[in-house]
Amino acid sequence: MHRNTIIEVNNVVTKFGKNLVHDGLNLHVNEGEIYGFLGPSGCGKSTLMREIIMLETIKSGSISLLGHKIEKVRRRAAQKIRMQWGVLFQSNALFTSLTVSENIALSLQEYTKLSEEEIKDIVAFKIDIVGLKQFDGTLYPSEISGGMKKKAALARALVMDPKILFLDEPTSGLDPISAREFDTLILKLRELLNLSVVMVSHDLTSIHNTLDRMAVIDNKKIVAEGTLEQIKQIHSPFIERFFNEGLR
Amino acid sequence: MGSKRKVRLAIKHETDFVRFKILGEPRVECVHIIAGELKIALKEFAETTIMWDLSDLKQMDSALALLIVKDIQRAENSEIEVLLSPMEPDVEKMLAMAKKHAHFESSFEPQKEGLLQATGEDSIKRLKALGSFLGFFGEMSIIFFHSFYHLGHMRWKETTFEIYESGIKALPIIILTMFLIGVVVAYQSAAQLKIYGANIFIVDMLGISILRELAPMLTAIIIAGRSGSSYAAQIGVMKITEELDAMRTMGFDPYAFLVLPRMIALMIMMPILIFFADISGVIGGMLIAKVELGLSPSLFLERFVEVVKVKHFWIGIIKGPFFALLIATIGIYRGLQVKNDTQSIGFNTTKAVVESIFAVIICDAFFSIVFTNLGY
Repeated sequence: MHRNTIIEVNNVVTKFGKNLVHDGLNLHVNEGEIYGFLGPSGCGKSTLMREIIMLETIKSGSISLLGHKIEKVRRRAAQKIRMQWGVLFQSNALFTSLTVSENIALSLQEYTKLSEEEIKDIVAFKIDIVGLKQFDGTLYPSEISGGMKKKAALARALVMDPKILFLDEPTSGLDPISAREFDTLILKLRELLNLSVVMVSHDLTSIHNTLDRMAVIDNKKIVAEGTLEQIKQIHSPFIERFFNEGLR
Repeated sequence: MGSKRKVRLAIKHETDFVRFKILGEPRVECVHIIAGELKIALKEFAETTIMWDLSDLKQMDSALALLIVKDIQRAENSEIEVLLSPMEPDVEKMLAMAKKHAHFESSFEPQKEGLLQATGEDSIKRLKALGSFLGFFGEMSIIFFHSFYHLGHMRWKETTFEIYESGIKALPIIILTMFLIGVVVAYQSAAQLKIYGANIFIVDMLGISILRELAPMLTAIIIAGRSGSSYAAQIGVMKITEELDAMRTMGFDPYAFLVLPRMIALMIMMPILIFFADISGVIGGMLIAKVELGLSPSLFLERFVEVVKVKHFWIGIIKGPFFALLIATIGIYRGLQVKNDTQSIGFNTTKAVVESIFAVIICDAFFSIVFTNLGY
């Protein structure tokens, strides 16, 4: 089956001051895939993701997303791209002054002309789909647990039925049961909503359960890209340590 | 994907039913078009058998799926038959999912509370706030006296840092502002005094007003805006990021580490800042006296020594530590009141500044009455 490439990263170089973070990264993500960025901490996984979602700029190279070169994209086109993705931050980044339901409803109120009633129905649906109770919608982020916050943030990321979902360490801070539930949820959502998912992850079980393909970033370069089986064939100190010691 | 032009709800009469066919590929941002057309159509066909024709769709957004599921439910509730056309598997999947996860009965409206309830809750909140302030004040006093007996336990490093941060760094702005205040006050009074030829009295006027009232007040207001707000914001953020809790678990008393150094630093620096404010205010006045009234600095100073008693200076200086205590206490208290959301940082920082300026003015009025009645 031929699949379209939705994200393409070409020769990306990133520098913070004198600190070279990425030295020519190349990778691509296909439509419908669950793709992971792996690597030791500090290797710039999150930075790469932040570059793709236009929060950081790259020094040179190019990133194309849904057919747009994001380093050259205009304001309006950028805004259009932003409506087609959902982002789940590591710290959830829920707006603390709004209730969970208001957090989820925000984009609908801002970008669609749907009535309050219709927005409420969609919010209720998203709350249910991520596994929260309807009552949780009336609570503020400070009143719910970490796992619930994650689900609420996921519901907010999903509210516009995005094509791509970006997840920054989605299972960190979750207990193992919730983490596995989260994996199942992501797989289910991918199937139901035809999502493509890009995630940064350290969670081995999650990597096994969900990822179709992945890229391992180490020493400013991509040391391997491919399926889990392909990655395990590659000789690299990080890969050997990560997969072997982690799976003892 | 779905361009707005094509998205439409086509209504077609068939022999046994009305066909609602969705044209185009409506993404969530165009679903309102379908919703609007459906509403109009239902005025006419509310009692008729409907067929939802989704055969044109390749995939469907959840917003549209919910709209259709809701309509199907409406029809079923009034026992009207609803037919569905054959559709793509993806569309069918989405429809099934919408049906499974929909909660049309949900409401996220906050419950409205009555006047009595609101009044009661507000009163209790205020009482609790008073209680928490007293608690804070008590804890602070204990630490305060404790450190007087155990000077070795005082956090001198933090204190000197705070002296630099909130005292010495505030010096330039206080000197500049007070100089300008001296200029403005002198300029305005010079114009009046000239009329009566009472030029020399500008010295009495400036000396007493600046030393006794203007310099302490202005210093307090600047410090409240500068340090009061920063204490509230800094401690507030530390509370949100659980730094305060971390300190407690490591056995560092936040009061000893954060509160006391700030308080002591301000109480030490406030009189010194007032002293500099006095000097620059008087210099500003002196400049205007020379320019506007032709009063030479030497004559100005000679008269100054003669008429402005030293008690005025001391009264101004003595207010310093009291103002400092109020500003630091309120700023820190407000910081500790921050709850686990970002809005309360803004709220409490504003409160810190407003309340501490207000408290300073009340305190000043109190001093004014006491000193006057004591004959100073």
